[in-house]
Amino acid sequence: MYEFNYRKAASLDEAKDLFSKGEDAKYMSGGMTLLPTLKQRLARPSDVIDLAAVPDMSGIAVTGDTVSIKARTPHAVVAANAEVKKAIPALAKLAGGIGDPMVRNRGTIGGSLANNDPAADYPAAIVGLGATIHTDRRTIAGDDFFQGLFETALEEDELIIQVDFPIPDKAGYMKFPNPASRYCIVGVMVSSKGGNVRVGVTGAGACAFRVKEMEDALKANFAAEAVEKISIPDGDLNSDIHASAEYRAHLVTVMAKRAVAEANG
Amino acid sequence: MADGGIGAAITRKEDRRFLAGRGTYTDDINRPGQVYAAIVRSPHAHARVKSVDVSQALAFPGAVAAFTGADMAADGVGGLPCGWGITQIDGSPMAEPPHPVLQAERVRHVGDPIAVVLAETRNGARDAAEKVAVEYEVLDPVIDTARADADGAPRVHDEARNNICFDWQIGDAGPVDAAFAKADKVATLNLINTRMATCAMEPRAAVAEYESGTGHYTLYTSSQNPHVIRLLLGAFVLNIPEHKLRVVSPDVGGGFGSKIFHYAEEAIVTWAAAKVGRPVKWTAERAESFVSDAQGRDHVSKAELAMDGDGRFLALRVSTHANLGAYLSSFAPLVPTYLYATLLAGQYATPAIHATVRAVFTNTVPVDALRGAGRPEATYLIERLVDEAASVAGLDPAEIRRRNLVPPDAFPYQTPVALAYDSGNYAETLDAALKDGDYAGFETRRADAKARGKLRGIGLAAYIEACGAAPSAIAGQLGARAGLYESAEVRFHPTGTVTVFTGSQSQGQGHETTFAQLITERLGVPVENVEVIHGDTDRIPFGMGTYGSRSLAVGGSAIARATDKIVAKGKKIAAHILEASEDDIEFSAGTFSVAGTDRTLSIGEVAGAAYVPHNYPLDELEPGLDESAFYDPANFTFPAGCQLCEVEIDPETGTVEVVDFTAIDDFGRIVNPMIVDGQVHGGIAHGIGQALFENCVYDGASGQLLTGSLNDYCMPRADNLPSFRTDTRETLCPHNPLGVKGCGEAGTIGGAAAVMNAVADALKPLGIGHIDMPASPYHVWQAIHQSRNKTA
Ligand SMILES: Cc1cc2nc3c(=O)[nH]c(=O)nc-3n(C[C@H](O)[C@H](O)[C@H](O)COP(=O)(O)OP(=O)(O)OC[C@H]3O[C@@H](n4cnc5c(N)ncnc54)[C@H](O)[C@@H]3O)c2cc1C
Repeated sequence: MYEFNYRKAASLDEAKDLFSKGEDAKYMSGGMTLLPTLKQRLARPSDVIDLAAVPDMSGIAVTGDTVSIKARTPHAVVAANAEVKKAIPALAKLAGGIGDPMVRNRGTIGGSLANNDPAADYPAAIVGLGATIHTDRRTIAGDDFFQGLFETALEEDELIIQVDFPIPDKAGYMKFPNPASRYCIVGVMVSSKGGNVRVGVTGAGACAFRVKEMEDALKANFAAEAVEKISIPDGDLNSDIHASAEYRAHLVTVMAKRAVAEANG
Repeated sequence: MADGGIGAAITRKEDRRFLAGRGTYTDDINRPGQVYAAIVRSPHAHARVKSVDVSQALAFPGAVAAFTGADMAADGVGGLPCGWGITQIDGSPMAEPPHPVLQAERVRHVGDPIAVVLAETRNGARDAAEKVAVEYEVLDPVIDTARADADGAPRVHDEARNNICFDWQIGDAGPVDAAFAKADKVATLNLINTRMATCAMEPRAAVAEYESGTGHYTLYTSSQNPHVIRLLLGAFVLNIPEHKLRVVSPDVGGGFGSKIFHYAEEAIVTWAAAKVGRPVKWTAERAESFVSDAQGRDHVSKAELAMDGDGRFLALRVSTHANLGAYLSSFAPLVPTYLYATLLAGQYATPAIHATVRAVFTNTVPVDALRGAGRPEATYLIERLVDEAASVAGLDPAEIRRRNLVPPDAFPYQTPVALAYDSGNYAETLDAALKDGDYAGFETRRADAKARGKLRGIGLAAYIEACGAAPSAIAGQLGARAGLYESAEVRFHPTGTVTVFTGSQSQGQGHETTFAQLITERLGVPVENVEVIHGDTDRIPFGMGTYGSRSLAVGGSAIARATDKIVAKGKKIAAHILEASEDDIEFSAGTFSVAGTDRTLSIGEVAGAAYVPHNYPLDELEPGLDESAFYDPANFTFPAGCQLCEVEIDPETGTVEVVDFTAIDDFGRIVNPMIVDGQVHGGIAHGIGQALFENCVYDGASGQLLTGSLNDYCMPRADNLPSFRTDTRETLCPHNPLGVKGCGEAGTIGGAAAVMNAVADALKPLGIGHIDMPASPYHVWQAIHQSRNKTA
């Protein structure tokens, strides 16, 4: 990696202050994306501002209808949390299927969302469950958060503080992993809450998106058969050596169908 | 069986240090005052180097030196040599273009080294290396194996017309053509054997130092054969006399073939250490390994099998394009010829075989031996073709194999492709695999799977390999530029403990345990009193190293020969001390005794007497108990066996799951069953890896390696593998003193074929024919999708 200044912030204010003073500063949460990028010399920040010592940035609270997860909560903690498992088992499953144990013990929800890798898991949950993202300065609706390849609604120095997931009546998550990296080739989160249905897809496109046609069909009939004949256009989907756009489109249908079946238990 | 001797499944002595993180790998070695090397590599697959400017790199803080190909040329540094020459069909030698250590004029693959930068820190060396300015004129690359020889294809080397390194053949075309003319049935298959990267857990590394006072060089390098590196580096590249060059390979974390070869970086650090007068260290990053470690396989073949009306094989015809990559790696020409086509008889008594091999250069990483080396390519071709033949002949795959196996009473069996199989019982391993894997009950399992929406398939692979390379005289006739014996020294110490010095070189195979067990068995010394030393040319006798499953068959046989000499000398010493005739001395389980008496002497006491020769026949015998042996085998060994694999395919996603795997192997005599089992497990995982996951993909237009990291190059993981069912059968090797054959590659040699036969069987109901490896979800889904579109 290239040389950089390592800073450990003791508070949110200090973190922001250090960020503003750095020429090209970067926040670091779990480092599971940032560090490999640095090691491969693909990024060259002037300062790395470690959020690990900032108080009150990690933890889970489940209230009547919301699961709130703070930005620095590691994937492993979400996966193992008994209340999350009870309230939104599909979310615990999603977190438990990210990477490997080392990655889950260090990687965090905030880092994952801010990074917005097209193949990341959490984005499917944000749009598929209709989550809300709280930052140090505002609240962003999950549907508005992902804006393109590695692009989010966040401003340069904006920090994710917490993510609120409304507890659905039921939900299911199915991931088709890339055989090599085990990131998502396609991941689909479906949920139903009071007659509202969401189908959130990750891996297939530049960033997570919803599939309206499937949502409408599921509103009428929340059953696997309702989506199995619905195919999405593959024009804008990702294509690489592991999966063509056509195959990804096909997998969206298969994973959606299986996610519905899982949601229905 | 002596306690802990041959046949004992004792745990590995070396695992304590490996598991506790106490091993010493090359990167663990740090020499006082060392500097770090970073290599500047070509980002282009093919380009003319117009200029290389290191001035900015030298100006970087902490930079110590920077060297280019021109600097090496000025010092008279030679190119990297090739250790095997092939004579072409027309009698001419193969094209053997030069292979400079650092490229000064042209780069021929992404990763081709151009310059080296030395700096005070590892990171600093990389920073400075980025400042080396190279001007390129980018040229079109040639990538595709089958089309590399096309007229008008870009030329990799001026010395190789149409990129052909050699055209070679084996067997007789006449009888083959005649057999095809009268055949009742013919099975034909076009198939690709994919290119694999080795991905040893420990990346290559090298540390070199030079003592100006003595003119002595030391190179630490992660290698499978330190003496071979010393010979090639010293005699061919740097012109360092061998007595002034020490090569040390400490613990080696996996090799799989890729650490046999002599690489540019070994020459660079050794040469640079003398240039700057400080030790120089280089360790590959994973991304560097992908573009600088030799890769394996990469064949495109057509295979045809002629049969009579009963499905008996009459003749086999094979033509193969083999991709050698951009340069001749150390043993590259050997792999697609004598390690491949000589195995095309498989386990079958096919009377006529003819194979042609065209080896081509391309703008890709050089290709050389990778676990199995040629034999997995042969097995994959034959065993896929035999399944195709079963389907053409309307026979069950097990039945067509049984009809054609070399029968147990036919040994020694001379194949039409040069090899003489020494022993085996192929029907026995086939039957055992069918029984243990419940072949008869398969259709029930297929129906069960179908009810769950899965396509289940079963596949056989009856493999044979030639191991224990090699009789040196034969290897020499075939083009080897080295001998292929192995060396050993068995040194007793005065207190009766033993150090074994071996030319074999473990990369994780467990030699420290297996070889100690040989000493226990043959000399009665407990395993814990035996130390095995390898990997240091200043300590061990000249040895050829470990590859091709040769260590026990050749290296172990050398140890056995040395123990025979120990016993012979010990008898003389015992006879003197026990005041008996040498003819009356017997030796068993560590004890010399006078036949028919209770007068005995332990081997420890004999060793003591040999080193403290107060009561000793000094007028006829030298003191000491320290014997060495070089063993040159009489023939190859021929491990063989049968694998049976079951897969289930999810037709909606194309995902293939290996749900059952049986392997019955005949490795001759087994010294440590637990180690053998471990080797078989790893080998099968490697075979499954190629069948389902691994594949080096190069972009055809740019020549970039698209699978240049573990994010894209898919290695098999534990959760991709079932519990393996393994067992052994034993026919002894008749020509080595231990009766052993070798076990390190068998799993890989048969594995890919067994899996792909199972995949083909599963897809058959959909009307899908042969598909190429890897049977990744995407590839399998494409095949399913296309067949559905066709029928729809
Ligand atoms: C081997 C491996 C396998 C993986 N597999 C998967 C997988 O299967 N699925 C998957 O989804 N992911 C996977 N990941 C990624 C992993 O989930 C990461 O943890 C995640 O992408 C980033 O989280 P982090 O906390 O490590 O963020 P960091 O690496 O610390 O930061 C990532 C980016 O987010 C920014 N950032 C961090 N925290 C905040 C914040 N609170 N507010 C604003 N910006 C912030 C940083 O500045 C940086 O730009 C894998 C990673 C590895 C190394």
